Amino acid sequence: MLKESEIRTFIEGATNYFEISAQQSASVGSPYLVTDGNPGAYDYTGIIGVSGARKGIVYFSAPRGMLAVLLMRMQETDTSDENIKDLVGEVANTISGNARRDFGRNFVISVPTVVSNDVERVTAPYSKSYVIPINWRKHSAKLVVCLE
Amino acid sequence: MNIRNGSQSLLKLMIVDDSNIIRRRIERSQQIARLEVVGSASNGREAVELFRRTQPDVVTMDLTMPEMDGIECVQELVALNSKVLILVVSALADKATAVEAIEKGANGFLCKPFTDRQLNDALHELLLDA
Repeated sequence: MLKESEIRTFIEGATNYFEISAQQSASVGSPYLVTDGNPGAYDYTGIIGVSGARKGIVYFSAPRGMLAVLLMRMQETDTSDENIKDLVGEVANTISGNARRDFGRNFVISVPTVVSNDVERVTAPYSKSYVIPINWRKHSAKLVVCLE
Repeated sequence: MNIRNGSQSLLKLMIVDDSNIIRRRIERSQQIARLEVVGSASNGREAVELFRRTQPDVVTMDLTMPEMDGIECVQELVALNSKVLILVVSALADKATAVEAIEKGANGFLCKPFTDRQLNDALHELLLDA
């Protein structure tokens, strides 16, 4: 289970990412708890495994349209599938890595694994996950935090 | 002459990051810092091989990478050339990691996400401190 302050760490990580990388704010909806082990996903998902003091996963999932616009906001003209996958993994990696500011270095993160166009393959290791809805421009994405 | 002496000649830059997007971003930004990209690598092992071949003056180094992570790579590069200037560019935002990177031989630390200006400022600072 996550404490409220821990959820806030991930919210700040997500908003900070858009503010700096896209130079445009994202808004965050109310985080909610999913208890059936299936927090859901969009077209592309970057998954970070967490080990050390905490165990589980953090993932960022977004539709292709959002990621393509985000790439363009970052002055990247190549919106190929390869770069879209790279970006979704990098967003997940950055938000998870930034969380070490509060969680400390024993919050050990893996390199990202990316799943595309296969929502069924995106599953949580535990029944309970926190979902943080992210809205940017006209797009919706989600950050999912599933920690033991 | 080189930038450290206030001249116009280019220093050789190697970019190490497992993200192609980040490598390209750094490549685009480096023109302001008067650095010439001599190569890029997507993991620490590739970086060591590329370093031997290209002998860069400056390296930007990610930390979380497959094969060989950035901290280990920093140590290997410094062992090959103790004068190399290394800017760690990583999402790992805890102070202990930054301190460890500096202790292993890195010269600066820039936290992801970053703006182009923050990157250029960090590179300029790296060169001025040298």
